[in-house]
Amino acid sequence: MRERLSIVLAAVAALLLANNLHAMFLSLPDEAMQGAIYRILFFHAPAAMVGMIGYFVALTLSIMYLSFGDFKYDSLAASVIEVSLAFSLVNIVTGSIWARIIWGIWWTWDYRLTSALVCVLIFSGYLMLRRAIDEPTQRARLSSALCIFGCVDVVIVWKSIEWFRNQHPGPVLDFRTGGGRMDPAMSHVFYMNFLALLLVATALVLIRTRQESTAREIDSLRRLAHAA
Amino acid sequence: MKVLRQAFSVAHKDLSIELRTKESLNAAGAFAIAILLLLSFVFDPFSDVVREMSGGLLWLVFAFSGALIFNRGFSRELPNECLDALLASPLSPASLLIGKAGGIFVTLLPVELVSLFVFGIFYNVRWWLHPTELAGVFVLATWGISIVGAVFGALTVNLRLRELMLPVIIYPLLIPLLIGAIEVTNSLIANHPITDYEWLWARVLLVFDVVMTALAAALAETILVN
Repeated sequence: MRERLSIVLAAVAALLLANNLHAMFLSLPDEAMQGAIYRILFFHAPAAMVGMIGYFVALTLSIMYLSFGDFKYDSLAASVIEVSLAFSLVNIVTGSIWARIIWGIWWTWDYRLTSALVCVLIFSGYLMLRRAIDEPTQRARLSSALCIFGCVDVVIVWKSIEWFRNQHPGPVLDFRTGGGRMDPAMSHVFYMNFLALLLVATALVLIRTRQESTAREIDSLRRLAHAA
Repeated sequence: MKVLRQAFSVAHKDLSIELRTKESLNAAGAFAIAILLLLSFVFDPFSDVVREMSGGLLWLVFAFSGALIFNRGFSRELPNECLDALLASPLSPASLLIGKAGGIFVTLLPVELVSLFVFGIFYNVRWWLHPTELAGVFVLATWGISIVGAVFGALTVNLRLRELMLPVIIYPLLIPLLIGAIEVTNSLIANHPITDYEWLWARVLLVFDVVMTALAAALAETILVN
């Protein structure tokens, strides 16, 4: 059932992406100030949004694991964080390419870039911690605790770096500005691409959760064989 | 109240051990001075710029030397199954964690004060112009480092790669605290007027401390009890 769902989600995401790419490169004109490079925004910002949503889904799943003790929440949390981390990296890399062309530099210590990097570091630590613990219950418990600390810290990091440094372009999306900063045709493609990336992320999470459950099953069989 | 009393007992025990052996104090103090020495080769130690960025230099030194202290916080309980004995005792997990943070705090603070004196001498910086405010920043930021250090010291105590994992996890989490401490310390040592900007960062330090201490107390059982 889960496998079929992931195939359906991936197929819908592929169709949406194909349609969005067609709109981005063949329908939409170049942006007046930035030229063609602005199209990277259609991947850059949705990737950041998908990553952020993922971290807070993982926070919920970690709290659920600690409340109910069901390993499926732990597997899901680990999978969600892995996929979110991949999307955060897409966000950083695409942002860096955009910055090189528009600002002439690959990196600047602006608050959103720095916060995104801090998120990547915190949740890379989460994945490293999981690899360093062999015992499944201990791994699930400690990584859930780290996920909770990490997500709470991310909020403080985000606000504090915003107060500290701000060079990033201001918000352009309707739900942040109340409208008028982005052409409706562009914002339509933007939201459709966000949906496509969200579907890709969900399909990846489903596939990764299945791998995680299988790995846990193999691990418990190995333990059983050693105990016998 | 009972939690605080128990936490005080744990901190007192750790401090007594530390005063007898002085292993973390000596190591962290020597390490802090070694970093201060190395930094003098990075830029001109008597330039005016040093005063403007002294907060950054000091808090990086404190954060790195603090790692030596909170690494020892829980690992010193491993021989002879002392950690299991502490967990089997009537102490609540929250008081054990807060007590450990208290022990780290009381050990780290003297290291910071000694480093501050040495920094003043090495770099010709007059750091005593706002002593009360500076003391407040030191207390708030050191408590933040101590509570995060205690939580993640406990979390990684039984790991094979403890020494490698601890800094990888801790430093990204400490970023908001370090920014706040650096910003306020920079202004205080450079003798800039204290504005709303400095108060904003002081509030960030306070919020960080309160949130992290509350989370540590709430998750103490999850982190400590196997």
